[in-house]
Amino acid sequence: MAGLVIEREVLIEAPVEVVWRTITEPDQMSQWFADRVELVVEPGAHGYMEFGDQGGPVVVETVDPPTRFSFRWNHPRGEEPAAGNSMLVEFTLTPEGDERTRLRVTESGHELLAWPDAEKQRYADEHQEGWAEYLDRLAGVLAER
Amino acid sequence: MTAQTDDELWSAIADPSRRRVLDLLVSHGEVSASWLAGRVPFSRQAVSKHLVVLERAGLVSRRKQGREVLYQVRAGRLDQAARAMAQLAAQWDRRLAAIKRLAEAAHAENKKRNHHDR
Repeated sequence: MAGLVIEREVLIEAPVEVVWRTITEPDQMSQWFADRVELVVEPGAHGYMEFGDQGGPVVVETVDPPTRFSFRWNHPRGEEPAAGNSMLVEFTLTPEGDERTRLRVTESGHELLAWPDAEKQRYADEHQEGWAEYLDRLAGVLAER
Repeated sequence: MTAQTDDELWSAIADPSRRRVLDLLVSHGEVSASWLAGRVPFSRQAVSKHLVVLERAGLVSRRKQGREVLYQVRAGRLDQAARAMAQLAAQWDRRLAAIKRLAEAAHAENKKRNHHDR
């Protein structure tokens, strides 16, 4: 899904290290993400995630404790997940004091990644509202017309 | 929606300039490329290119009226895209809520243990 971007965030009443462990430790991941997670959290590591009777490989991209973690998934069967055939999930953790963490997740296709940083920033500035809100607003305007 | 059409759809919406065009079409109904070009900070040629991409993604349809070509948004397709996006967003909201619950419970547990050890 080229170009698709989802951005969501949540404020968590826990230190950044605790949130980091929750999103990166396989036995924790299996409680909020897949039913079964086999993963070594190292850049380039290949793992596997199972969802009910479906599943697929994932590849870890960035591991920068305790603030950045990303992996690729949703690529075609039999292919290596890489830029262009998969979705990149990126977690960004920002401490807000000792016991509070802002956790942001983006899921995006390859097109956005290929953009220069300045272009990405411009895009983020112009689209603060996020894709879901943007499309929802357009659909709402159309429905009223 | 097939994977291929999804690709075209999300690519079409990913570009800020195309969103601008889409915004104008949504708020003004049926308009021509020249009308659009008068309201965006890019060339008439660029507008035409963006319209082609939006049309290919199924988001925009065209109709000839006299010597003019008029464009409008295909509401059904936009609605479908909005719903697909809302579903994906809701899925991540559920995951983030679960992460929040787990992390906050682990933090409470750590605090209790530290207190006990002291």
